[in-house]
Amino acid sequence: MSLRGIFKRLMGERLAFISLIFLILLGITAIVAPYVAPHDPLEQNLSKVLLNPSAEHWLGTDELGRDIFSRLIMGLTAAFQAGLFAILIPLCIGVPMGILSGYLGGIIDDIFMRIVDGIIAIPAILLALGITGALGISLWNAMIAIGIIFTPQMARLARGQTLQIRTEPYVEASKISGAGAIWIMVKHIIPNIAPPIIVQASFYLSYAILVETSLSFLGMGAQSPQISWGNMIQQAYSMINMNPWMIIYPGLAIMLTVLAGNFLGDGLRVALDPKYKKA
Amino acid sequence: MFFKFIMRRLLYVIPMLIITTLIVFSFILLIPGDPALALLGENATPEKIAQIHAQLGLDQPVIKQYLNWLGNAVQGDLGRSIFTGQPVEEAVFSRLGVTFQLVIVAMIFAIAGGLFFAITSIYFPNSWMDYVARFFGTLGTAIPNFWLGMILIIFFSLQLGWVPATGFTSITESPGAFLQGTILPAIALGATGMAQITRHLRSSLIEVMSADYVRTGFSKGINRWQAIMKHGLQNAMLPVVTTIGILFGNLLGATVVIETVFAIPGMGQLAVNSILQRDFTMLQGVVLVLIALIILINFITDIVYALLDPRIEY
Amino acid sequence: MKITESPLLEVKNLQTYIKTKKGEIKPTNDVSFSINRGEIVALVGESGSGKSVTSLSIMGLNASAIKYKPESSIEFKGRDLLKLKEKGLRKIRGNEIAMIFQDPMFSLNPVHPIGKQIAESVVLHKKVNYKEALKRALELLNKVGIPDAARRINDYPHQLSGGMRQRVMIALALACDPELLIADEPTTALDVTIQAQILTLLRDLQQELNISILLITHDLGVVAEVADRVLVMYCGKVVEEGTVDEIFDSSLHPYTRGLMSSIPPLHGISKDLLDAIPGVVPNPLELPKGCNFVTRCDFATERCHQVEPELTRYPSGNRVSCWNKLDKEGEMKEHVTTSINS
Repeated sequence: MSLRGIFKRLMGERLAFISLIFLILLGITAIVAPYVAPHDPLEQNLSKVLLNPSAEHWLGTDELGRDIFSRLIMGLTAAFQAGLFAILIPLCIGVPMGILSGYLGGIIDDIFMRIVDGIIAIPAILLALGITGALGISLWNAMIAIGIIFTPQMARLARGQTLQIRTEPYVEASKISGAGAIWIMVKHIIPNIAPPIIVQASFYLSYAILVETSLSFLGMGAQSPQISWGNMIQQAYSMINMNPWMIIYPGLAIMLTVLAGNFLGDGLRVALDPKYKKA
Repeated sequence: MFFKFIMRRLLYVIPMLIITTLIVFSFILLIPGDPALALLGENATPEKIAQIHAQLGLDQPVIKQYLNWLGNAVQGDLGRSIFTGQPVEEAVFSRLGVTFQLVIVAMIFAIAGGLFFAITSIYFPNSWMDYVARFFGTLGTAIPNFWLGMILIIFFSLQLGWVPATGFTSITESPGAFLQGTILPAIALGATGMAQITRHLRSSLIEVMSADYVRTGFSKGINRWQAIMKHGLQNAMLPVVTTIGILFGNLLGATVVIETVFAIPGMGQLAVNSILQRDFTMLQGVVLVLIALIILINFITDIVYALLDPRIEY
Repeated sequence: MKITESPLLEVKNLQTYIKTKKGEIKPTNDVSFSINRGEIVALVGESGSGKSVTSLSIMGLNASAIKYKPESSIEFKGRDLLKLKEKGLRKIRGNEIAMIFQDPMFSLNPVHPIGKQIAESVVLHKKVNYKEALKRALELLNKVGIPDAARRINDYPHQLSGGMRQRVMIALALACDPELLIADEPTTALDVTIQAQILTLLRDLQQELNISILLITHDLGVVAEVADRVLVMYCGKVVEEGTVDEIFDSSLHPYTRGLMSSIPPLHGISKDLLDAIPGVVPNPLELPKGCNFVTRCDFATERCHQVEPELTRYPSGNRVSCWNKLDKEGEMKEHVTTSINS
């Protein structure tokens, strides 16, 4: 399956393709956010509190007179950082561990999988909370926690896939012709288990954003003046009687981004796995 | 036979419990530097540090610390809160009931809603009901639950004034007030689960409805409704039962957020507070009890699965 | 074959079509035949010949993508099944017409005991309660030769062997004393030794209950064993029809002959000496202009490529659609010319 073929099939999944472009645009915005935000997201102006949307303040201002739209754009950074951590840490730690466990088998595999089972039994948000709590409350530690919670799931997936590929005739043939374990893993296993892992990773972007905003909402992630959609909602919650819109905007931002991530994941699944049938 | 099956499953639960307790216990080891210093902050004096070390058993080897803690936990002693000195098990069990009631209502909402949407969507394919079901199934997994909770508060409490925005009444005190206080948080908590069950059951039903044995059913003269309810559903539920088991754990976890939004004095709130106060014995206790509950539910899920699927050998 | 009454089932001009992006597919193209009371009619053909669509049309269980041309009719005891509403069809399904399917592995619901699955049909159509229906189920299980049926009635399908499961399917089909039984490849998924047992069972039951059977198969060996009359289908059309004797003694269509020479004999020559029909079934979207079989026929002439032959009765009794055979018979010439002109 060529890269071009995959891309072509992804283009055929219209919703997924639009989502991909949307996410790329958001990603770029996240990087250049400080330069493109119409206002300084931290600048307070007590003469302009709780303004309604206007030409100057597209989504109005909050209780300290800060521009909501600019803060929303800045919130992208935390969201996408969380997504990045949630993809990179499982890929760099979970996948190699899963492959080794599946390929080597035996007692290592047993111990390893029991540990993975144990961690997976703990609900993600609770685990993230525990890790952040233990490491100390900060956005950085929340990111690490998010990376860690998805790692065992990724390891389990990589292991399962490796077990399947390991017994394929072409791997057996390669083994008989004297190929070493590392050669087989790099040459046969990694390319063949890649599609489901890429699909899984693409969903982690969505999950990560949900976990990051939840943690920040609880005060376990972004700390003021850091901006996350989660702590924007938390701050807006105290203003629920004054201006409910302050709650609604960041929530919509989360929902749209997560939806786009889910659509992309669904589309990738179809594009990468010809046998997968859409429900 | 069935008894033996249950015993075998129970045997599997034990290593699971040991591993999870180990993870829970290592929370305290994860704290960079001396936990006593982290706890005391600037007020640290050598006496106070030594006092905390003794209190936490930190002056002993790690493995002994773990075994002590586990031994005590088995006997129902989870230690004392570093912050308030209250016995952890007391604090935990006074709040467990609250969280449990909330999660059960949310589970009922998620399962009932999921069944309703999945079945109507299959019974009326490509109708508006089908599209509504698919829309909720897609949207539900993308909605942040704490935000949904607030939207519900804005709409039903502030605008319409139907139910109170916050607070909790136990069902044993007043069933009416319980329902009023629980309905919004339960919806916020269960919405994602409902969406997951809808999606999963719907795709499972689509597959099952084209199975040969459903065609056999039609050849007997049953109608579409009978085909779904008598032949489709039980088979389609098999994979979904696992989802429901996992869902219960996720809902328990999500209470940390929902209980904060709705100011419900449950386990979730206790967990959040103990992190903010760096009360690690309390956090360990809360997480331990929640995980034990989740493992118990997974165990029940396995048994329900075996009861639903006669092909499983006990 | 003496015919004293009107046939139990009469399929007339059954034309089905599926609209696809690339064009129209006709799973059955003008299929007509009838089944008399107490008769076993075999519908023979390769996969894709339209035999399953024909049988599911009778049951009204075709996928919704398959549509019927208005001139099609399927008359069962005087009623046109294609014109019946779903509710009317449900009263006939399992009651007057029952069906057994190819793979007993998947045709029974894995989560219900076999007795319950049989009783379901009884409760549905007869005015009895579940307890009586279970009694009936037990009676049927005994009848189809399930050993120790009283104990087996609560077994789940996975606890039975393939042959036993097919016996259960037969019991299920017979639950409400149907007049017509459609058996779609009832032995294909079974071991050879079991196949013979199931066929014997079907024939014995047919004689005992005097029901009609429409047997769908790709295996002429099965046909020889049980059928009274044979229809050979190819690419959605009946290409030859006759009694078993006519077909086996003097089949005229090259396709039927091809099918027959690919039956392995019980003794003697090994399998590699058998003639297989060369080539493959044509793509249903690109059927040949003339006779559908032209791409695989050794005797094809120019006319076969141009004009489609019609099903025409031959003096020996068979009805055949083939130019080749018809040309050699002088008395048939007249009919042929008219059909070309028309």
